[in-house]
Amino acid sequence: MTLDAALLQLAVNGAAVGAIYALVALGLVMTYKATEVLNFAYGDVLMLSAFIGWFAMTSLGLPFWAAALTAIAVAGGLSYVIDAGVMRRIVGQPHFSAVMLTIAISFMLRGLAGMMFGPTSRRLETPWSGHSSRLGGVVVADISLAIIAAAAVVTAVLFVLLRTTRFGIGIQAASQNQLAAYLCGIRVKRLNSLVWAASGAIAAVSGVLLAPLALVDISLWSVVLKAFAALVLGGFGSMPGAVVGGVSIGLIEQFAGVYLPDGFKDVSAQLVLILVLLCFPRGLLGEAHGRRV
Amino acid sequence: MRFDYDTSYADAQRLLRHWPGRIAYAALAALLLAGPLVLPKFFIGEAAATFIACIMALGLMVLTGFTGQVSLGHAAFVAIGAYAEIGLLDAGLPFPLALPVAGAIAGLAGLLIGLPAIRVSGLYLAMVTLAFALVVEQAVGRWKSVTGGYDGAQVPDARLFGANIGGLVPFYYVCLAVLVLALLALINLTRGYVGRAFVGIRDSEAAAHALGIWVSGYKVLAFGISAAITGLGGALLAHQVQYVTPDVFSLNLSMQLVLMVVVGGLGSLRGAVLGAVLIGLLPTAISRLKALLPAVAAAQFGLETFIFGLVLAGFVLFEPSGLNGRWIKLRSFFEAFPLYRRRTFVRGKAYASSERHR
Repeated sequence: MTLDAALLQLAVNGAAVGAIYALVALGLVMTYKATEVLNFAYGDVLMLSAFIGWFAMTSLGLPFWAAALTAIAVAGGLSYVIDAGVMRRIVGQPHFSAVMLTIAISFMLRGLAGMMFGPTSRRLETPWSGHSSRLGGVVVADISLAIIAAAAVVTAVLFVLLRTTRFGIGIQAASQNQLAAYLCGIRVKRLNSLVWAASGAIAAVSGVLLAPLALVDISLWSVVLKAFAALVLGGFGSMPGAVVGGVSIGLIEQFAGVYLPDGFKDVSAQLVLILVLLCFPRGLLGEAHGRRV
Repeated sequence: MRFDYDTSYADAQRLLRHWPGRIAYAALAALLLAGPLVLPKFFIGEAAATFIACIMALGLMVLTGFTGQVSLGHAAFVAIGAYAEIGLLDAGLPFPLALPVAGAIAGLAGLLIGLPAIRVSGLYLAMVTLAFALVVEQAVGRWKSVTGGYDGAQVPDARLFGANIGGLVPFYYVCLAVLVLALLALINLTRGYVGRAFVGIRDSEAAAHALGIWVSGYKVLAFGISAAITGLGGALLAHQVQYVTPDVFSLNLSMQLVLMVVVGGLGSLRGAVLGAVLIGLLPTAISRLKALLPAVAAAQFGLETFIFGLVLAGFVLFEPSGLNGRWIKLRSFFEAFPLYRRRTFVRGKAYASSERHR
């Protein structure tokens, strides 16, 4: 394989992993924009939905698509309930409380997953598992193509949703000013819960797609740590930024694995996060502003 | 109600101002000193572990509770303290010298990590500390020549004047002594102008700045002090576990420290101790409880994590001032016995200002 082809191969692999990070970051950005809560429980919703997908396929005998839809529906419903039942109670309290509450929820979900499915890892079979295609001299696993396609579809759907529908414009209004949106007749509380549900559904999509790459395992939640780096890189509250950030982190990770000493691959995302925040305290593409007193 | 009538500065500066408090603390001291003589072996070790957790939580409390800076990565400083202790003991430093030096090394690392705190705050700072902890965890695993890597490192015996004090009972007293010293130091720190500067920065950075407090300097200082105390706890932790592997200092430990501080009640040293005792003893309590549960529930993997989450959620939702707040309510109930009014402590509705640009 020539150098060019090797580089291209790395880039494609990086883009596939990055697409997952982008998907995860997208879901995080949605709740952050709507409710100003950084959802630390997001990774655990993702992990739980991967387990649900696996459970639906093996124990209920559903085909992949039905299982994926089940996982998406369950994760969306779960996120709706989490917001409507728990997060809504502490609206208006300092952000730190909200962060702690999402951490508490993440512990509970993780514990629940452990109690229901145990510590063993499972394999989730998708229609794309084990196949690969040749694209212009590069061998690409089909699952990677599916991930990139899914990320593109989700981004497009979100774009259309936010730009054209009543729901999306409501989200934009509420994310600019909740009180003003409420006075304009937008049901902000329900809207926030719906945003949580949507982000839960995205978590399920990424969970079901990540599971074939890794294994269905409790530690699947830790992908959210990489997504934080993507989030910071892309500016905290920006959806296009999340996608760009996610893909960049995926690429950086792949290239760090090849060109940097052993061990840098695992922490490259974190190093990027630290560096970016040091140089640009408000994120690379973030809205630059001071804090009002 | 009780009103203090101070006639001299010494009156106002006394740590324990009233006789009930003095008696209570004297009783507590007697209990803790006599503990190892009567307790079974298991509980002595447990108590020492709890003291260490208290020290680490006190360190985090200075930063998160008093200065208002969230750190989700304090396990990094525990790790630095622990490996510094091993390195120093290996280099031949005596234990009583190695312990404070290990703390100081962790403190220096804290000063370094505190530098970003000048520029970054709030959620962003939490992310930086989280990322730092992950990087340290990875570095500890890879840097074999210093840390022994994933294979772990043997901790040399702690020796004081030639006698091995790594045994269960002597180590209990060492931990207790360090905890008391750290607690006294922090009480005096938080009462003095440094502590007031910390609280000022927590409550309003702009107001603190306007009052002439060197905001960035004190922020970094808070990181340094916090990391030093936590590192001290880490050095003791190394002796307690005796064989140190990187997975001791995982994200889980950072989260547990945050849990202790929040459950205990932010902004009070007593809270840090109470929180550390509760969270530190929770796993033991759960494993004891499991014996009583039916076999199906007892065999559950993840029950402990679930209960940790439940406790944290309960405190955030129903008692945001933590165990310390509960304690203050209880105390004022007894102090004002027939006249206690529940409404005294009802919080007004809080409206956090958005950090967004309008």
